[in-house]
Amino acid sequence: MTGDIVVSIDNLSVDLDGRTVLEEANLEVKEGDFLGLIGPNGGGKTTLLRAILGLVKPRSGGVLVYGMSPEAARTRVGYLPQKSLFDQKFPISALEVVMMGRYGRRGLFGRYSLEDRDAALAALSAVGMRESADREIGALSGGQQQRIFVARAIVSEPDLLLLDEPANGIDSSRQREFYELLSELNEKMTIIMVSHDISAVSTYVKKIACVNRRLFYHSSKELTAEEIEEAYKCPVEMIAHGVPHRVLREHD
Amino acid sequence: MPRGDDRPRRPPQGFEGARLTMIEIFQYEFMQSALAAGIIASVLCGVIGIYVILNRIVFIGGGIAHTAFGGIGLGYLLGMDPLIFAVLFSVAAALGIGAISDRSRVSEDTAIGVFWAAGMSLGIVFVSLSRGYAPDLFDYLFGNILAVSWNDVLLISVLTLGMIVLVALLYKDLLILSFDPSYGEAVGLPTRELRLLLLCMVALSVVVLIKIVGIILVIALLTIPGAIGRQHAQSLKRIMAISIFLGASFVLVGLVLSYQLNIPSGATIILTASGTFFASTLLTR
Repeated sequence: MTGDIVVSIDNLSVDLDGRTVLEEANLEVKEGDFLGLIGPNGGGKTTLLRAILGLVKPRSGGVLVYGMSPEAARTRVGYLPQKSLFDQKFPISALEVVMMGRYGRRGLFGRYSLEDRDAALAALSAVGMRESADREIGALSGGQQQRIFVARAIVSEPDLLLLDEPANGIDSSRQREFYELLSELNEKMTIIMVSHDISAVSTYVKKIACVNRRLFYHSSKELTAEEIEEAYKCPVEMIAHGVPHRVLREHD
Repeated sequence: MPRGDDRPRRPPQGFEGARLTMIEIFQYEFMQSALAAGIIASVLCGVIGIYVILNRIVFIGGGIAHTAFGGIGLGYLLGMDPLIFAVLFSVAAALGIGAISDRSRVSEDTAIGVFWAAGMSLGIVFVSLSRGYAPDLFDYLFGNILAVSWNDVLLISVLTLGMIVLVALLYKDLLILSFDPSYGEAVGLPTRELRLLLLCMVALSVVVLIKIVGIILVIALLTIPGAIGRQHAQSLKRIMAISIFLGASFVLVGLVLSYQLNIPSGATIILTASGTFFASTLLTR
C-alpha cells in the first residue's frame, strides 16, 4: 500500500471570520508518511488539520482523504486536538476518555460494546498506559494525559493520524520518549503532526511542510534556513540561536 | 402573616409547641405527597444536576428558571395552569440563551442577564394586568412543597422518568459533550444540538422543581447535591447516586425541620443543602 495517496489538497483556500487563513494550499500526503507541519502561530496549521477532518468549509479548492470527502473518511482518521483546557477535576477515568475515540463507530444513541472496551485497553497498552486505565484523568501528569489522548486518537484503528501540537504539556525530559512512541505508531499509520518545535520535527518526521497562509511543501525534510524564513516571514528561533546549519539532522 | 407563606397550612390541633415524631408528621397526606415529590425530584436533580455543574451552565439554569416567571404571570392572566406556560417560557429561554450565545456577538452571561430580567418583568406585568388576587404567587417564587398534589407527583414522576431514559440513551454522548466538546465536534458529535437538548432538559427540570423550592431557589437544589457528590466520588455514575441520596436527605430533613420550627419549607430545604455543602467543602479541602 505504500505510496498510495492518503490526503490530497488541491488549491485550498479557507476564510475564517472574513480573514484568509489558507490560500491556495496544495499538498499530497502518501501512505506511511510522517509529515511535520510547522509555521508561525495563526499561520493556518490547525486550520489545515481541521480542513482534512472536514470541520472547516473551504472558500475554494478541495480536500480529498482516501479519495473521499473528509466527512466520509472521518472514520479512518484519528485526531488529537491541540491540548484542550479541560477541567482537571472532571470525574472521568482514562479508559472512559479513550472510549470516546470509538464514537465514530457507534454514533449518537449508540452504546459502547465489549469490543470497544477491548480496543480501548489495547490502545492504552500501545501508549504504555494500560495500568492507568481506571485512574482519573486529572490525577495523571501532563505527559501521561497526552498519551491518553493519543490512545483516544488511535483507538478507532485509524489509517491516518492527525496530531496538533502533541508534545505540548510534556516535560522536555519525556519528550523524546513521546516522539519515539509516535515513530512506532508511524509504522502502522500515516501521521500528520503540527508542531512549533522545529528541532523535534526535524528529528522524527520524514517530511516537512511550512504553513503561513500559503503552504511550502518539501518532499524531504531537509529545509534550509532561508526556506523556513520564507514561510515564517521573520527570522526563526534557530537563527536567533545562531546555529543555522544544525537546524536539521545532518545527513548520514 | 405575609401572603403566600408556605408554612404547613393545617397545623394539627393540640400540638402547639409539641414536637411530633417523624412517623406522626408523615401521617398527614399533604406531608406524604410532599415527601414523595421531594424524593422523586431528588432523583431528577441527581441525574441532571451533575451535567449542569460539569457543563458550567449553573447560571443558564438560573436564567431559565427566572424567565419561567413570565410564563407563570401569563398563566394567571389567562386563568390557566401557570406551570404549562412556565414550561413554554423556560424552554424558549433555554433555546434563546443557547442560540444567542452560540452564534451572535452577545456573550452568554449577557444573554442570561437579559432573559432573566425580561422574564421576571413580563411575569410582574402579566400578574398586575390580571388584577386578580394571586395568593400562591409567593409559592412559585420560593416554593411550597406542602402544596404539591398527587397530580403534581405524577407529573414530576413522568418527567423524571423521561429524563432518566434520555440520559441513559445519550450517556456516552453527554459525557463527550461535557468533557471535551471540541473533540466531540471533530468526531462528528452534533455538539450544538446536543447542548440545546441539555438546556431544554434543564428547563423542564427547573419547572418541576419550581413546585418544590420555587424559581429563586431552584438552582441550589439542582446543583448542590451534585457539587457535594463531586467532592466525594470520581465517577459520574457514583456522583449521581450520591446526589440522589443527598437530595432526598435534604428534602426529608428540610421538611421535618420546617414543620417542627414552623418556617418555610423551600428555604429550609435549601439551607439544609447549603449548610451541608459548606461543611463538606471545609472537610474535603
